[in-house]
This record gives sequence, structure tokens and C-alpha cells, in this order.
Amino acid sequence: MYNNYNCLAQPLWQNGPVPGEFYNFTGGQTHIQKLPRELTTAGPYGTKHSTAAITTGSSVLGIRYDGGVMLAADTLVSYGSLARYQNIERVFKINKNILLGGSGDFADIQSIKRSIDQKMIEDQCCDDNIEMKPKSLASWMTRVLYNRRSRMNPLYIDVVVGGVDTEGTPYLANVDLRGRSHEDYVIATGFARHLAIPLVREKKPKDRDFTAVEASELIRTCMEVLYYRDTRNISQYTVGVCSANGCGVEGPFQVNENWTFAETIKGY
Amino acid sequence: MFRNQYDSDTTVWSPQGRLFQVEYAMEAVKQGAATVGLKSSDFAVLIALCRTSKDTNTLQRKIMPVDAHVGMSISGLTADARQVCQYMRTECMAYRHSYDSEFPIRRLVANLGNKLQATTQRYDRRPYGVGMLVAGYDEQGPHIFQVMPTANVLNCKAMAIGARSQSARTYLERNMEDFEGCTMDELICHGIQAIRGSLGHDDSSNLTINVAIVGKNLPFKMFTDAENHIYLTMAKVLGQPLSGEQDALSEGGMSDDEMLDQGPSGSGMPGNGASDADINASSSGH
Repeated sequence: MYNNYNCLAQPLWQNGPVPGEFYNFTGGQTHIQKLPRELTTAGPYGTKHSTAAITTGSSVLGIRYDGGVMLAADTLVSYGSLARYQNIERVFKINKNILLGGSGDFADIQSIKRSIDQKMIEDQCCDDNIEMKPKSLASWMTRVLYNRRSRMNPLYIDVVVGGVDTEGTPYLANVDLRGRSHEDYVIATGFARHLAIPLVREKKPKDRDFTAVEASELIRTCMEVLYYRDTRNISQYTVGVCSANGCGVEGPFQVNENWTFAETIKGY
Repeated sequence: MFRNQYDSDTTVWSPQGRLFQVEYAMEAVKQGAATVGLKSSDFAVLIALCRTSKDTNTLQRKIMPVDAHVGMSISGLTADARQVCQYMRTECMAYRHSYDSEFPIRRLVANLGNKLQATTQRYDRRPYGVGMLVAGYDEQGPHIFQVMPTANVLNCKAMAIGARSQSARTYLERNMEDFEGCTMDELICHGIQAIRGSLGHDDSSNLTINVAIVGKNLPFKMFTDAENHIYLTMAKVLGQPLSGEQDALSEGGMSDDEMLDQGPSGSGMPGNGASDADINASSSGH
């Protein structure tokens, strides 16, 4: 964190007074201030580390094509069932090789994104033109998230990491709150896992990767399906594209809504 | 070096602006046997003169692998060197665990330099008495870095450190332009030629030449005795004959050629005892 400056620095004194704290001058028994039991007990009537997400982002969809990856997510952050923040970017450009799409508790997404941004700044400070690769970032995230889950205090997130490595080979992976990770040509979180993945798998040619046109067409179709069927989505979404030619987040786009089919539904 | 009143602590400057303890640490590096590092466009090579002892059978380990893509050779206090090597190995391992990729070597030696610098600025620590040549291959190509007890980290095309290393450095400087395009074998032979100049005549029966290499699609490896011997023979064939001046240096002991004939374990057939002039004569008769 300090870029290894003064990594051997020792504190100026030990076992002595700490500014702002009570110093046990006599060394005898101190009356230690204990927090009330309500605040320290785990369980139904006390506090515990929350495993419930509060403000949440819905699905993220990632598709790998022959030249790179595309990540799409709508721009909604919900507060339970309330569509609270309707213009939030959930696909982030991390550096010129990496895109990150975040779903799950949005405060946790912002928290881990802050750490990742700090890492990118450290990379820049090294000033040697070495940028982090998507595989390395995904690996680092699995270590962090696994550590948190093992301490029973998870970051409640499900992210898609995508990008290209130095040779231009596309990389697409999912990292979830348990520290699990897997790579594939299509990655989705949330409802998209159930609705979009079968769609994409059906369209996948057996012997080759998607082309950019096919990939963006699939994204459009999937975001449409997600808007119609997932009640925690809205019609506006952004798409991140990362290839050897560049990396950026485009949008916002609108789903082509067409609700006229509703009249054909009995009981409408 | 003479004692003076400013050399008792690392944290004492002299009126000339020198830190004598740090400079004395550099002297420890000059006590160690020579080692040479050089690189081409695809490989980085380390050559070291290792001291054997007649009583024990073990070679002094001068070349230490750090990770699959990086290794180093040392000159100076071996105990300090082991500590430094341990630090570098831990850093590389931790990086692989977190990031699933190899530690960029520039950053590794930069961190090492920072660690060494801390020892030059505390009253309760002393500088590490070891100089290192770090050789590695990563995304940015092959590297040779020289790290000294002063915490100076230098990016080198070729470098030699240790006792009598000046002649090695002169050889490297003279042939530097050729290294870029060398094949692996040529590069190793250049390195062996360079280190031949550092063979003194007093210790020569106890010194063996060890080679290590790392490069594109080639993880760091130290050569076995058999492979060392192959390259020693190759270098002798490819190498230029010793100049008259250098022969004078080996008077009274084995000449370099005879030493090379003996091979790495020192138990090969001794040279034929012919005079140096005969060995290097271009006329026929052998």
C-alpha cells in the first residue's frame, strides 16, 4: 500500500500512550468499557454481519467474441423492489485491458472498485508501462472475496471481469461473493444467468467464436428479454467493449419496447 | 581502507558526504568470487566462479533460482545472500498466488532496492554485504539487474561483479554490441570468456565455472556438471588465444587452458605441462 516505502518502519514506541486513547498509567486493572450486549451479540436480536444486500444492481451479461469482449448491464440500482437510482453505470473501464461489470450489493461494488482503482494508480506510479491483465485482476478478486467469505463478512457481489491480455486474446470470467471463479465465452449474473445464457448458447457456432456483429446482436436481444421478464430491470443499459483496439463503455442504449403483444394475453 | 572517526555507524555522515559503513559493505562484495551476467534478445545468462573446498564436497551455491522466470547470482556474504533470496522468493510466490502471473522483474528489483535502502538509514541495522546480478525473462524481455549493498539497482546489458571482475567487465564492454544477436550457445561462450579473465592464479585449482540461463520459453535453470563441461569446451574452441600479458599472470600456476582442461570437478586429467607459448602457437605440431 505504501509502495514498499519504509516497509521496515517501526512504531516510535510500543506499549506506551496512544493519542486519543486512555493510557493505563498504573498498570493495574482497568475498567474496560464494554459495548452493550445488544451491539455485540450475534443472532436474531443482535447484530451480525449482514448477508442481505440493500441497494442492488441486477444482471450483468458478458459475451466473448473473436476480437474481444462485450459487457452489458442496465443502469438501475434498486432499493428492494423500488427502482431507486435509474441512471447508474454498472459497467466500468478499469484500464485499457479490463472491463468490470458489477451486480449485487452496489455499495460493495463501489467499495471494491475503489480498491481496484487504487491498484491502477499504483501501477501508474510504477511508471513502467505494465498494466494489469484481466486474468490477474480476476485472480486477485477471488483471493479477496474468499478471504471475506471465510471471515463470515462477505462482499455481496457477483461480477463479470472481461478484457484482453497482452497478445490480444480475449478473457471473460465470473467472480462471485464466495470467491468462486470460472471462465467461459458467455458469463451472466443474476437473472441473466437463467434467461440469457441459454439464448447465447443456442446461437453459438460450434467451430468458431462469435463475431462482433453477432455478439452485439445477442446483447441487444438478451437485454430486451431481461427487460420484459426481470422485474428489477429498466429499459436503459450501457455496453462496455474491450478489444485490442481500445476499451470503453458505450451508451446508454434503450431497449426497443413493444408491449402490443400484451393484448394477445388472455386476462390482460 | 583505513579506520577513521566517521565509520562506526551507518547513520554517521563524513564531512565529505560519504557513508563509510555502506562503502565498507561494497568491499565485502569485492571479496567474493567473480560472477558475470549478460543478455541477448531472447536469453539472459549468469556465469559464476564457485569456490570448492578440498575438505568438503559441496559447492558454494552462488547462483540461486528465485522463480521460474528469474534467478540471481551473488558475490559477498552468503548468509546475507540467503536472506535476500528468501525475500525475493516469497515476493514472487505471493504475487503468483494473488495475481496468477509472474512478478514483473523491474518491480521486483525495485522493491528489493527499497528494502536494502532501509538498512542504510537505521542505526540498529547494517547494509547487506552482498552484491547480486538478477537475471530474468518476462513480458518486457530479458533483464540483467545489478543490485549492490548501497541499494543501487542498475539495469544492465551485461555486468560483472566480485574479485578481479574488472577484466571481465572490459571483455563485456568490448563485445557488448554482439550480444543482442547471439544464439544461446554463443552467449554462454561469451560469458565464459569474460569470466576467464577473473581467474587468479592462487585459487585456481579450487574454482569451478557454473552457468545458469533463463529466456523465452525457457524457465530458469542451472546447468549440470556435464552441461557445464560441454560449454567450457565450446568456449575454449571458440575463444581467442590468451595474449602474452595474460600468460604472465598465470605464471607460477596453471594456465587458464589447463584449468579448463581439468573440467568443473577439478578431477580431470591435468594439463600436459607444456609451456604457454606452445599451447597458443598457431604453428602445427599438436
